[in-house]
Amino acid sequence: MDDGKLDALGQTIVSALGGAASAHAVAFNQLTITVDAGKIVDVMKHLRDDPALRFVNITDVTAVDYPGREKRFDVVYHLLSPTLNERIRVRAEADENTQVPSIIDVFPGADWFEREAYDLYGVIFTGHPDMRRLLTDYGFDGHPLRKDFPLTGFVEVRYDDQEKRVLYEPVRLNQEFRKFDFLSPWEGADYPLPGDEKAEPKA
Amino acid sequence: MNEQNLRNFTINFGPQHPAAHGVLRLVLELDGEVVERVDPHIGLLHRGTEKLIEQKTYLQAIPYFDRLDYVAPMNQEHAFCLAAEKLLGIAVPRRGQLIRVLYCEIGRILSHLLNVTTQAMDVGALTPPLWGFEEREKLMVFYERASGSRMHAAYFRVGGVHQDLPPKLIDDIEAWCDPFLQVVADLETLLTGNRIFKQRNVDIGVVSLKEAWEWGFSGVMVRGSGAAWDLRKAQPYECYDEMDFDIPIGKNGDCYDRYCIRMEEMRQSVRIMKQCIAKLRAPDGQGPVVVEDNKIAPPRRGEMKRSMEALIHHFKLYTEGVHVPAGEVYAAVEAPKGEFGVYLVSDGTNKPYKCKIRAPGFAHLQAMHHICKGHLLADVSAILGSLDIVFGEVDR
Repeated sequence: MDDGKLDALGQTIVSALGGAASAHAVAFNQLTITVDAGKIVDVMKHLRDDPALRFVNITDVTAVDYPGREKRFDVVYHLLSPTLNERIRVRAEADENTQVPSIIDVFPGADWFEREAYDLYGVIFTGHPDMRRLLTDYGFDGHPLRKDFPLTGFVEVRYDDQEKRVLYEPVRLNQEFRKFDFLSPWEGADYPLPGDEKAEPKA
Repeated sequence: MNEQNLRNFTINFGPQHPAAHGVLRLVLELDGEVVERVDPHIGLLHRGTEKLIEQKTYLQAIPYFDRLDYVAPMNQEHAFCLAAEKLLGIAVPRRGQLIRVLYCEIGRILSHLLNVTTQAMDVGALTPPLWGFEEREKLMVFYERASGSRMHAAYFRVGGVHQDLPPKLIDDIEAWCDPFLQVVADLETLLTGNRIFKQRNVDIGVVSLKEAWEWGFSGVMVRGSGAAWDLRKAQPYECYDEMDFDIPIGKNGDCYDRYCIRMEEMRQSVRIMKQCIAKLRAPDGQGPVVVEDNKIAPPRRGEMKRSMEALIHHFKLYTEGVHVPAGEVYAAVEAPKGEFGVYLVSDGTNKPYKCKIRAPGFAHLQAMHHICKGHLLADVSAILGSLDIVFGEVDR
């Protein structure tokens, strides 16, 4: 489908959803609609059941973290309509305390995707019958894909031969974690260059 | 002992079990031999790939994709490259596209060979893996001759592929094709009509098409249930639209149909490979294998010896990397196991802001309880085999 048709499709969907959807956008030949997180179940039902849409395949549910924003998470759903041969991206904003209704009753396949989003980002889904951590270790603390979670994590695991059991200990780095910043100082870097701190601050 | 005192029996299947195809822990609740509840515990191979990719440049992210579905590495790289190329707005040169398609089909055969034969092993046959792995070995040599590595190729780059194929390699791949069709035929004589194999697979793990869609299935799992859905045909990428091939579909949605589809897909892959080889030799199949913009793809080594500008480009590309314009994009390929997608969010710097990997096996495995409920314990391994699970991509 070309961009014009996608745009028309987006307009139809947004107007049919009434207050639940606020905007649509077409970028890179892909359609995105922005919806209210609280009404996500109705949105999904409409997208699945409307005979003109038939987005019956749940492709993906994930989140994106923007710590600088007031509502830091974008919960992103990807659906596929084999009838239209078209994909749609549904985006809803949420923060750490927003309760996003689970869409597991509409798409049973959202089960693990929501568990994963909870596990890695800490997005709270309500109405999910089995909300446990999925990918991380039993008893893991924190949400590792958040931008403020360090790459090295907080605990490390080893088997202790004397105690004959697995030990969890705070991460100890023998060498400082090396993070290379290769952003060109001519374009993009907006911090003082190392060694250039005394330079006049730009007006 | 009266009825009330009977309890269901709960067992652990895995994490170390040959039929678990990796590190899967299944908690099974059994009523006699009938499975009442399946609770898959995954994450034992979780390596934080998505977090690591956020810290790396686009070029450095590619090797992580080899380690997801390590059975067909290049198909994964492909999805990431397509996503980055969409954001950059570049088109891969024709020869690069042909090589990509050729190697994607090699990857498909690699994966299907492993799956079909180990599924046969799960239900009791020992010969198929021995025959199939011999062919896999030859295919991995083709991987090695193109990329220098048998499995972790890092051969697909943003903008094309790393290097051109030597003509002798193309000849050898062609020479491999026809004998391989004979191997597929031999494998079929072992399995397709085999009474034990049929008893273990026919009508086991039936998935209706409606269920398949709403559980997020893709690839062979929806084709087995009767949908003629293949991203290579439906949303063609690279030069799949000029290839001539058929999509096998099943009628019953059971393990046996999925097995038959995989066998036929291997033959179709060989068909595509032969067309690729013919096109690679044709005059319009010559030319560069990667975009010639040195802001995206590095200059050739020979140029770097003589040209200062080429040297600078090389240095900048391997330190700072490519700046990808801001935006978000979802790109998917028809990987052997289903739809492998990459949702890439870029903030305009040299590193992905977010890279979500949508693995087909993840969606398939979550339906284990739904599919296995009411089956016998012995069927669990047959179903698991036909779901085609590789833990590299499920756990990420």
